Amino acid sequence: MRSEFAPIAVALPAGIPVRTSVRHPREHTSRTGLGVESIVAGAFVCATRLLTCVRARWLECESTDAPRIYFANHASHMDFLLLWSALPARLRRKTRPVAASDYWHQGALRRYLAIRVFRSVFVERDNPDRSANPIAPLVEALDQGESLIVFPEGTRGTGEDLLPFKAGIFHALCTRPDTELVPVWIDNSYRVMPKGAVLPIPLLCTATFGPPARITRSEEKTAFLRRMRERLLALRNA
Amino acid sequence: MNVPRDAYFVVAALAGVLIVSSLVGLLLHRHATGETRATVNNLNSRILAWWVIVIVVGGASLAGRNVLILLFALVSFFALREFITLAPTRRADRGALVASFCLILPAQYGLIWIGWYSLFTIFIPVYAFLILPILAALSADTNNFLARSADMLWGLMVSVYCISYVPALLTLEIPGFQHRTVLLIAFLLIVVQSSDVLQYVSGKLLGRHKIAPELSPSKTVEGFVGGMVCATLLGASLWRITPFSWRQAASMALVISLSGFLGGLVMSAIKRDRDVKDWGHSIKGHGGMLDRLDSICFSAPIFFHLTRYFFTP
Repeated sequence: MRSEFAPIAVALPAGIPVRTSVRHPREHTSRTGLGVESIVAGAFVCATRLLTCVRARWLECESTDAPRIYFANHASHMDFLLLWSALPARLRRKTRPVAASDYWHQGALRRYLAIRVFRSVFVERDNPDRSANPIAPLVEALDQGESLIVFPEGTRGTGEDLLPFKAGIFHALCTRPDTELVPVWIDNSYRVMPKGAVLPIPLLCTATFGPPARITRSEEKTAFLRRMRERLLALRNA
Repeated sequence: MNVPRDAYFVVAALAGVLIVSSLVGLLLHRHATGETRATVNNLNSRILAWWVIVIVVGGASLAGRNVLILLFALVSFFALREFITLAPTRRADRGALVASFCLILPAQYGLIWIGWYSLFTIFIPVYAFLILPILAALSADTNNFLARSADMLWGLMVSVYCISYVPALLTLEIPGFQHRTVLLIAFLLIVVQSSDVLQYVSGKLLGRHKIAPELSPSKTVEGFVGGMVCATLLGASLWRITPFSWRQAASMALVISLSGFLGGLVMSAIKRDRDVKDWGHSIKGHGGMLDRLDSICFSAPIFFHLTRYFFTP
């Protein structure tokens, strides 16, 4: 599966009021019962488990129902599926990926997967005129009690190191400072399916959930992003 | 494949052993205190995993030949996945790895399914041995080339080739033992796995002297001797479900347990080299699939060829 999970590369003044954004008509369909979509989603989870036997390690971190932002290292198309499959089913149902709107609206299959199956929250990567507040959909999802998965590096790296973080989560947190940020280190996904690979290789993978953090009052953007990046890196060898 | 009546007795006997051990585990759990708690908990999760293994393998054996071959193909898949996870493969090996998982593994089990003896015994040692380094060379990355190729081949040999010898036992045509070859699998698996368990138990009860501290800190001389003696006696007592006399069954059991023990040492050496305690985390209490299979990998081919040499025309 091809995916592009969003770099949220936007520069906004902190603390802006949130306006409602224009939504895709089917964007917020929540999944209830045993629809076709939940069967497809279940098939993806099963396939991910068969391929990677993904194991969740919760270090000083409980799996709770409160809306959270999971942020993880990004090296492979498998990353979202790994993190999502590692979550307990109860949390998975209310955890949504943040995805790039331009990429995921191309083609019927991608649209179907992104909107109906994974219920992605879309952000505009190219938003030169600032016509809509790009982080509004994120804040809205958090307000509805749902958790988000973001990859703050913005693009897939080599798997060995972390790229500098983009500021998207910072801006979302400035408007919702009570939201917990959970670092998740995903191990081995770049070996399963690195950038440019067509077929995945079956290998064992681990998702390590670290202690949740919050943004502190008066914390500056670069300092906050550096702190979060270090928290994520600390999980690499934990 | 008609299921021989003995197979039902074997499954029932195993269920009996598991019920007794579960009860003992429950009793121990009630009386365990302090530091013994962890050992007892580990013992109980092992027993629970044994229930799953016996139900899955026993069910597949009763379900027939196709299901059994498919089950071991899956087991090989999981084992190879664990082995390759710990191998220092590089980006350039992807072609060879895709070929290993998607072509070589299914082909090996396909050959066993059609019973082509002269090809399934050489397919991986000859053809995979040649094809994998060719694929790796074509990707033009010479970094640690030989080590990488050797790692992938070892993975295939241990997790696919050796394990496939278990269902390959079904292809043996032993006079007077037609339609009962599934019992050879039962004999092999019961002797190997009981040998592991009996070594573990006698090691825990009597263990004083470490037998190979650099490789496996938990293996002791007392555990080794106790395990070998008990497994040989057990094998001899199982002679009725085999084509062997009781003396032959005892010697087979001894050879199986001995090669299983040595295989366990070899696989431990690889784990120590890779700096891990377990191969994976798929079986609770046991570690990974390969932690449970290491002794089978080494005993299955030996058992197959001994049986074929001495007992088929």
